[in-house]
Amino acid sequence: MSSPIIGIAFGNTSSSIAYVNPKNDVDVIANPDGERAIPSVLSYVGDDEYHGGQALQQLIRNPTNTIINFRDFIGLPFSECDVSRCAAGAPAVEIDGKVGFVIARGDGKQERLIVDEVVSRHLNKLKLAAEDYIGQTITQAVLSVPTNFTDAQKDALRAAAKAVDLEVVQLINEPSSALLAHTDAFPFEADVNVVVADFGGVRSDAAVIAIRNGIFTLLSTAHDNALGGDNLDAELIEYFAKDFEKKNKCNPRKNARSLAKLRASVEITKKTLSNVTSATISIDSLADGFDYHSSINRLRYELVTNKVVSKFCSFIEAVIAKAELDPLDINAVILCGGVSFTPKLTNSLEFLFPESVEILGPQTKNASNNPNELLACGSALQAQLLSNYDADELAQALEPIVINTQHLKKAIGLVDASDNFVPVLLPETSYPVKKTLTLKGAKGDLLVGVYEGDHHIKETVVEPAPKEENNEEDDESDWSDEDDEPEVVREKHYTLGTKLMELGVKGTQGVEISFNINKDGLLRVAARDLKSGAVVKGEI
Amino acid sequence: MIALPSLTTDITVKVNSSAKKTEPVRRPIEPVGKYFLHHAQRTLRNHTWSEFEKIQAKENVKTVEESNVDPDELLFDEELTDETLLEHDPRDWKTADLYAAMGLSKLRYRATDNQIIKAHRKQVLKHHPDKKSASGAGLEQDGFFKIIQKAYETLTDSNKRAQYDSCDFNADIEPPKKGSKYDFFESFGPVFESEARFSKKQPVPQLGAADASKEEVEKFYNFWHRFDSWRTFEFLDEEVPDDSSNRDHKRYIERKNKAARDKKKTADNARLVKLVERAMNEDPRIKQFKEDEKKEKERKKWEREAGARAEAEAKAKAEAEAKAKAEADAAAAASAKADKKKSKEAAKAAKKKNKRAIRGAPKEADYFGDADKATTIDEQVGLIIDSLSDEQLVDVANKIKADAGSAKEVLSSAAKELAEAKKLPVSVISYFA
Repeated sequence: MSSPIIGIAFGNTSSSIAYVNPKNDVDVIANPDGERAIPSVLSYVGDDEYHGGQALQQLIRNPTNTIINFRDFIGLPFSECDVSRCAAGAPAVEIDGKVGFVIARGDGKQERLIVDEVVSRHLNKLKLAAEDYIGQTITQAVLSVPTNFTDAQKDALRAAAKAVDLEVVQLINEPSSALLAHTDAFPFEADVNVVVADFGGVRSDAAVIAIRNGIFTLLSTAHDNALGGDNLDAELIEYFAKDFEKKNKCNPRKNARSLAKLRASVEITKKTLSNVTSATISIDSLADGFDYHSSINRLRYELVTNKVVSKFCSFIEAVIAKAELDPLDINAVILCGGVSFTPKLTNSLEFLFPESVEILGPQTKNASNNPNELLACGSALQAQLLSNYDADELAQALEPIVINTQHLKKAIGLVDASDNFVPVLLPETSYPVKKTLTLKGAKGDLLVGVYEGDHHIKETVVEPAPKEENNEEDDESDWSDEDDEPEVVREKHYTLGTKLMELGVKGTQGVEISFNINKDGLLRVAARDLKSGAVVKGEI
Repeated sequence: MIALPSLTTDITVKVNSSAKKTEPVRRPIEPVGKYFLHHAQRTLRNHTWSEFEKIQAKENVKTVEESNVDPDELLFDEELTDETLLEHDPRDWKTADLYAAMGLSKLRYRATDNQIIKAHRKQVLKHHPDKKSASGAGLEQDGFFKIIQKAYETLTDSNKRAQYDSCDFNADIEPPKKGSKYDFFESFGPVFESEARFSKKQPVPQLGAADASKEEVEKFYNFWHRFDSWRTFEFLDEEVPDDSSNRDHKRYIERKNKAARDKKKTADNARLVKLVERAMNEDPRIKQFKEDEKKEKERKKWEREAGARAEAEAKAKAEAEAKAKAEADAAAAASAKADKKKSKEAAKAAKKKNKRAIRGAPKEADYFGDADKATTIDEQVGLIIDSLSDEQLVDVANKIKADAGSAKEVLSSAAKELAEAKKLPVSVISYFA
């Protein structure tokens, strides 16, 4: 058996690798330290190179030789990079117009690394971890990248991988990858619109994706390079620093080492708070020789980070607005990235969106995949699918003629007995498409009316029920003043649009109606009698 | 589930062709997931939906087939064919059907070494005493397992297996009973096939079908007449006591075994010879060949005698022809005679008739106005008539018949002719002169 193609999710903060094992399960591969979310950090001490969690620990003692948050810099000129995010680690400098790092190696020697080289080394470490785990040489991988990666960045990434004998079979978009992994484990039963929100360490991405017959279409994307888990950390650091200052009259923020220590501890505390309601933080010799010990409960944490969480929420709302959709058009929000573990985020989203929207994250009742591993799993699944294709076929499949397809602007559907529109092909359905609807209960002479449908949001104001005067528990209802406000109920409605065709079926015993749009936009509707097999067809 | 509205007007297909569909938007789709890859396949290869579904179905079938079970496993017995084997005393293992114990009752002598190993493993998993004790039976109830082990030991040793196969009477196929009705090829084919396993020379020619050529049939019987069998009957030997006991007794037993073996071998050979003889006697092909030969002989004899037969035939033919010719001649002569007589009589009658006509002519013409001379006229006409030759008579009669009025002139000219020819003196025919 040839060696498997692995899937790599390469993030700014952490990376993960996965492959589909011979039993057809997706395995997320742990590095030799047992980390499944491997920090994307490289650290150099003398002649030694550290990677992953070991390198992350070096951030306190050896920050200038520890490279962090480097992914987004690949393939970009120095001027376009926001190098401030590397402030906690090795400072980013300009080398040959690109971002680079100056690393001190043993004996006073210096090594100048450009970011491509750093990426190569990081990918090599990931590759070695995968080889250790699988026991075979790995030569091919599928990588997931943010949707706003430019072609130059993609090329640079391919080249960086090539430098360590890793051929990138395909670069796929991160939200699609996450969605692929999610739908593989929990398939949606119908066609849906989904928001994939990826809150990473230093950046956030969101995308609205329409799933139509299993085919994904990106409707809109949004990116925020200054929003991420680090913002939550920053709020907590600020909170603890203030507390420390009050107790010890000494500012830990002035000292980089103290700040690094605090940051490392706060991260752990934050993660603990996602699972339990209170956590402690204790740091020996935080600043000026003072130890710090404190505890924090979840409520306090949520208050402290309230602003950041509301930013996350508005970020998701913004991307939906960008797709020119209403929250009611969205069927689910899939959370991925480390921040998804924050309970407050899930709560806020559930509060924010109407009940029809399903929030899929680790903190909800119907907990789904591990949000840290979604990207890698999706890449691995794609890798497995591609293993059956040769390079030529894949290259052809990625031609614009295949990828750029027409999408319906308006829903096409049927009219039901009470003259309501029932959508069959939703807006944003890419065609060619074929969809079959089986109505077993339909009997007798029936009319199949095919229409285009417009949809709109209907807002109705529901007046609160007038209070009964002689209510004995009157005092209780006075407690909440919300009851007095009229409640606005928003509903999604379809109205009949243009009539496309009508088919009459007679004396039927159950019908199967199939909608078929070919690549030229020719709509063909056929109603087939399940019992007699008689077909009535119409084309437009 | 949607409830469709009922049909109010009678329509089958009504397309609102004037309807303008809302313009589509062109967007890239995400190149991930199997649905995209299916879409790509369809687009690149121009498959229709139904074609694509067929291809998918075919692929699914293929993957199922690939994961199929070992073909050997299908040849093994699903269950123990003989339940009594479970109760069989392991000390009498020689009398047990070892192939059945191994689950190879369908394969028997055809089982390969690999298949034996596989079958053994399968049986051990099923019948190991540890397994049995788990389901309640005591550990000491391992009789059948011992038989399996013995069977494995016997069948994996090529020498022992040959000995066992020699005496595996379960694999023998009996020829049909004499006198019963049966299809020769159907019943004897498997018999020879099973006997063939004992041949030292391989491959063994097979019985073949009804349309086999004479050479093939002859080759088959020649082989079986000179059949060289490796069949031995050591497996049925009486147990030879070991050295420590009476040596004489041991030798006695050995001798007895050898004698028994030889006897059995001879009997087996005789059985085979008899079998082949019987098959040959009953072989419809051989009967056919004999008949063909007889016919051929007769045909040749027939050809050899062809010359003599042709001569005799020619002679007989000539004789018959001569005879026929003579008969025909006689008949012709007789008929000619009769004809002559007849024509003569006819001519006579005609002459008579002509004479009568001429004679009657003067009377009919009222004697030419000379009725008083009637006797003379009649007399003289009679003379003319008698004197006229046959041809003249016919001529005159015809002329008179044609014109009764000119009878006198005709008779006068006739008289004149006769006078000139000097057949009659003019004086006699004075009236017509």
